Amino acid sequence: MLFLTRLGLVLGALALAFAVMLGGGLRQGLLALIGIGFGAILQGARFGFTTGWRNYIERRDPRGLWAQMLLIVLAATLTLPLLANSSNGELVGAVAPLTISLVLGAFLFGAAMQLADGCGSGTLYKAGAGAPMSVVVLPTFAIGSFIGASHQPAWIALGGLPPIDMLQLLGWPLALAVTAAGCGLVAWLVGQGARRHRARLEAAGQRIEWGSAKHWWIGAVLLAVLYLVHLVVAGQPWGIVYGIGLWGAKAATALGWNPAGDPFWGVAPHAQRLADPILADVTSVTNIGLIFGAFAASRWNGPARISVPPAKRLLVASIAGLVLGYSSRMAFGCNVGAFLDGIASASVHGWVWFAMAFAGSLIGVQLRQRVSSQAIGASSTQGAPA
Amino acid sequence: MTRERTFRLITALFWLLFAVLVTLDTLDSSGHRAEPPPIALGSGQAASGGHCSGR
Repeated sequence: MLFLTRLGLVLGALALAFAVMLGGGLRQGLLALIGIGFGAILQGARFGFTTGWRNYIERRDPRGLWAQMLLIVLAATLTLPLLANSSNGELVGAVAPLTISLVLGAFLFGAAMQLADGCGSGTLYKAGAGAPMSVVVLPTFAIGSFIGASHQPAWIALGGLPPIDMLQLLGWPLALAVTAAGCGLVAWLVGQGARRHRARLEAAGQRIEWGSAKHWWIGAVLLAVLYLVHLVVAGQPWGIVYGIGLWGAKAATALGWNPAGDPFWGVAPHAQRLADPILADVTSVTNIGLIFGAFAASRWNGPARISVPPAKRLLVASIAGLVLGYSSRMAFGCNVGAFLDGIASASVHGWVWFAMAFAGSLIGVQLRQRVSSQAIGASSTQGAPA
Repeated sequence: MTRERTFRLITALFWLLFAVLVTLDTLDSSGHRAEPPPIALGSGQAASGGHCSGR
């Protein structure tokens, strides 16, 4: 029976990629396969940005953040030389300005992702795995991202500094060295925090048992390889929220909304992407693949156990999803599009995003504890972190 | 019907609706579109996909 289930999942994945290829072309089919890989790795390795941050904030467990830093350094090492030597704009990184909207948006995103129990990629893979919280968050995330994109030009107009692209300024070897040093510094700082915490607990006669983190290290390495493959095929780094916002815009258009005159969706190149099929959009097809990949990984060993959180917790999560989507467009992306892509592309905006989102998460974790205790625990698909 | 089964049913319907909408969108907007080369690296064409960093 398990063999048949697995065969069905593999055939389903191939059928999905083939269907996307028929609808969007060969490149889109390849990107769907890459998305399936992303989803399978995220779910299989339980690789969660949100959980990694929360584990450090609540328990000073540094391993999730270490794995994320490893992922970023590997991604930068594999892709910065390619980006530097790319001609005709074949390959581009994720570079964005240092605006007021980036600072505010990243802070809000960091807080909301703790309440929604997932960031952009986390929401997608957990929704694919069937986690009720993320299934509820995804539609409001799409609405928020759609509206946030529409308001993005106004937020950018508030001002800020132009993009700082270290790849252009320093060349790839130095840009990579600065990026690796920055990640190393973060890893060292969180390690010091963990060491002090452990010493305090041991002085009080307590012991810390964290279990194995091998799956996170393997996940980081595999994600970095797929990150490289995605850049080579798509010409741009892996993204999440552009596609989710496009789904919201598509739905709004289907309900009668007219994008003409909209400062974002009504102008090039976004207006054309809205007119084109969803399967022609890069981030949409990797997102769809990611959802299926996570579903397949969660069912690989049989049916997943699901427990539904209380209605109040689901309501809070859905509202947080709205903020999550909106703020992700203020901040030029989520943990993938801004944090991973930005830093791995040697863009300073990625570091600003990380600092502000982590500050937001400090608040978000406190809010989450309060909401969860009131709603008697928030559970999701067994063992699936955000 | 338990709460879990109800939610599983709602989730299945959600994804079914999603698949139907994507299919309808593909059929509805199937005008001529210049298909990009399968792999961007070495294609000689500038990347043109949407990305949350503002592209």
